[in-house]
Amino acid sequence: MISLDHTFQILGTAVIVSPMVLLAILGVSGLFNRPLSEAMISRLTQASVLLSLLPAIVILVLMLATGIRYVPIELGNWVSIPEQDFHFNLKFAFDRLSIPFLILSCVLCGVVAEFTRRYLHREEGYARFFLFYAIFFCGMVLSSLASTIETLFVGWEMVGLSSALLVAYFHERVNPVRNGQRVWSIYRLSDAAFLTAAITMHHMTGEGDFGGLMSSGVWPEGVAAIEPRQALLVGSLLLIAAAGKSGLFPFSGWLPRAMEGPTPSSAIFYGALSVHLGAYLLLRLSPILAASFTLQIMVLVLGIVSAGCGAVMSRVQSDIKVSLAYASLTQVGIIVVEIGLGLYYLALIHIIGHACLRTMQLLRAPTLLRDYQDLENQIGTRLQHEEWAGARFLPGPVQRWCYRFGFDRGFMDIALDKFVVGPFVGLMRWFDRQEQRVTDWISREPSRESEDIDLHPEEMGRAA
Amino acid sequence: MPELHFPWIEISILVPLIGALWVHMFGHRETIMTHAIVFCVATLLLTVGELLDFLFMNTFEAHDHGRLLSWIFNPRFFVIDELSAFLIPLTALIFLVVVMSTLRTKAPRFSLKLALLSETMMLATFSCRASWALIWLLIAATIPPYIELRQRKRCTRIYVLHMSVFGLLLIAGYAWFSMVEITPTTTLIPGALLTAAALLRAGIFPLHLWMTDLFEKGTFGTAILFTTPLVGAYAVMRLVLPIAPSWALQSIAVLSLITAVYAGSMALIQREARRMFCFLLLSQSSLVLVGLELVTPIGLAGALCMWLSVGLSLTGFGITLRCIEARISRVSLADYHGMYRQMPMMAGFFLLTGLAAIGFPATVGFVGMELLIEGAVDVYPLVGTLVVLAAALCGITVLMTYFRIFTGHANRTLVPMNARPTERFAVLMLSLLIVGGGLVPQPGVSSRYHAAKELTNLRQRLLGPDGSAETEHEEVLDVVEIVEVTADTH
Repeated sequence: MISLDHTFQILGTAVIVSPMVLLAILGVSGLFNRPLSEAMISRLTQASVLLSLLPAIVILVLMLATGIRYVPIELGNWVSIPEQDFHFNLKFAFDRLSIPFLILSCVLCGVVAEFTRRYLHREEGYARFFLFYAIFFCGMVLSSLASTIETLFVGWEMVGLSSALLVAYFHERVNPVRNGQRVWSIYRLSDAAFLTAAITMHHMTGEGDFGGLMSSGVWPEGVAAIEPRQALLVGSLLLIAAAGKSGLFPFSGWLPRAMEGPTPSSAIFYGALSVHLGAYLLLRLSPILAASFTLQIMVLVLGIVSAGCGAVMSRVQSDIKVSLAYASLTQVGIIVVEIGLGLYYLALIHIIGHACLRTMQLLRAPTLLRDYQDLENQIGTRLQHEEWAGARFLPGPVQRWCYRFGFDRGFMDIALDKFVVGPFVGLMRWFDRQEQRVTDWISREPSRESEDIDLHPEEMGRAA
Repeated sequence: MPELHFPWIEISILVPLIGALWVHMFGHRETIMTHAIVFCVATLLLTVGELLDFLFMNTFEAHDHGRLLSWIFNPRFFVIDELSAFLIPLTALIFLVVVMSTLRTKAPRFSLKLALLSETMMLATFSCRASWALIWLLIAATIPPYIELRQRKRCTRIYVLHMSVFGLLLIAGYAWFSMVEITPTTTLIPGALLTAAALLRAGIFPLHLWMTDLFEKGTFGTAILFTTPLVGAYAVMRLVLPIAPSWALQSIAVLSLITAVYAGSMALIQREARRMFCFLLLSQSSLVLVGLELVTPIGLAGALCMWLSVGLSLTGFGITLRCIEARISRVSLADYHGMYRQMPMMAGFFLLTGLAAIGFPATVGFVGMELLIEGAVDVYPLVGTLVVLAAALCGITVLMTYFRIFTGHANRTLVPMNARPTERFAVLMLSLLIVGGGLVPQPGVSSRYHAAKELTNLRQRLLGPDGSAETEHEEVLDVVEIVEVTADTH
């Protein structure tokens, strides 16, 4: 007779292993240059999603039936140095936060995979899309179920990489690639904040296990085992990480850029799952937020500013996907406010509802005009578009400034370029020139021939 | 000291030397590449045998069996220990994949004879403990790149200037060290000289100009072979770590950390792929040095893990760039090239090796980077976070380069650019090691931690428990032994 613990262990392991197997198969076929057929890729993806979703549902049912609120799944230490108390524990947890988010991830990934099967049919990059999709799916499952901050970081990184590569999916055009690079740059810097927070937390508490960190109770009742000052430091870093991942202020500039990717990836990343991952991180570490009043205020301010900016920006966009992306930002901002107010369950429900709605809207975005026409045909008249009257009470110059603010996407990219990227590049170019000067002086000849090389030696008929 | 079951060390050093002679005497244009590959494969197999033999012995260090070739090699100098056990096969592997990925058309420019000679010297260096032999080997290894630069009729001033200073500092430092009575105060100046030499060889800012110059003027293959095995880090481990007090090493670690961030930043703004690679390698190798100089077991373990991962991943990254260069000439990063369609396999491998270099999860670099960050933050809670910044900058560079080379342009050239079988084999071999090491990191980490612990214990025996060099030095076994050996030899 298999005990309940064993059942949980087997089912939990299936949930985690299934996306990894999908990634391994697609990765190995790509690495060995043995492409799989579209049908095979699709079937494998469906099977993987189902093998994650069904055990997750069974676990949920069992938990509800038995009243168990916390199911840990221990896969052992990935790496450990016992003498130094260094452990990379592969520990996952099914609780009230992770199960809804996991099921949401599986359902939406399944829907989007099915949609993509037809949407990208006979596209050259079909296999590439599903490889990146597998990285994303794997990252989402790991992030959702992570019970240690290190495991969460692994999933977080995988989601980031797949996002950037999918934004650059149409890789023969420059703009998607530039935008993918932009997304990756923001992600890397916010990941650096995440990693620093993880290490700092390790130093403060001696462990990265959420259970140990919360000291008592399971989510959301845990109490952080750190002082308010420490919570403020760690929480601020996590806030930067969450802001980068969810495109909150002042990192919102990458959101419209991310819409260069194919519609299914836009839907799943920036409408549904990836954009909520920052909020999920804040929810998962909510006891840390609760430990510092200043931190709570920071969360509230971040949420309000992001929601406000998102609302203004979404109203002046001429592209439906970008408009939806900013509408998502508004909602994520509100979710962050809810987290700041301590309304964790509300925030979780809001995430689920918003993710489903936004996925549906984004998946319908390519056929928006047709949908409108169908609707008008059905009702037999033109649809009325009433102007938004929300800003009427504002003075004219303020209205115009708001329009410019929204149209220029909150000047966020401009500000980052002007005050961060520009000075950084300028400084490093100065160092580069100094290096060149010194090498020229020692060599007694111009030393930088690499500056004069042909820009496009690979052009037709010129390759070696 | 225990002995290996076979004279692996001596034979593995001799085989590439014989290979160099063979290629010199019998190498024909048609067969020279095959011969060189055979010698490199034989060397790799011997070094793997050496590693396995050593691992089964379960000891800290071991000599060769029987001293078969003691008339050539002084057996007291050549040992395999926990530090060098993995570095020796890694070096042989680096040489093998670089030689394998050399296009036949490029063979006249890239001297296989010099490459095999360099392999001999590198393997001898990594098999040698602190002694005059190591000093001469370190200096001798700088000669093949010089010969190549001369053959290519390129300006050698920068290279010669740096390497001459390196040689002089080494000789002066070790001569001073050999002559004085070993006390904490007397080893300070020779220690500083040796440290300066090692840092120069490692390319620490602002002594890194020779590296960019070598990448610019030498062949890419030679530059990779001369830099990726991280000989400078080995010099630190053998010559500086046993005698330098912890406070001095940890101060130097800050310099290495600054180099890591500086090089990571410089890599981002480069307009040509070789220079970008050079700065990326410099940033990553500086991170390895940071870990070594922290002299805590966890930092050391992280550095030793990263040493292997940087060697594997950046060699892979480098040979991919070299393969692309071999087909289209030097690669500008000022614009997009869109090579994905021509070489999808290379694109995948480029991304994989680049991600491994920055410590992406599930690749060989991940755990090493985690350990290193942990160690750095342990010693310097605030400054240590710069490691994270350096890694983030390198991460941005890697993807930027990937996008610039493989995407952003509809390339319609009809010239086939597929990887050749030997290139494919080299790429797959490295890929398997990178992914395998990333998915199953525990054996590697355990072994590297054990090595780190032994090295820390050795330091404590020499310098006292706090590494401050306050204790008496009657127990300076190894160092004194080597100095005595040196005196006998001369």
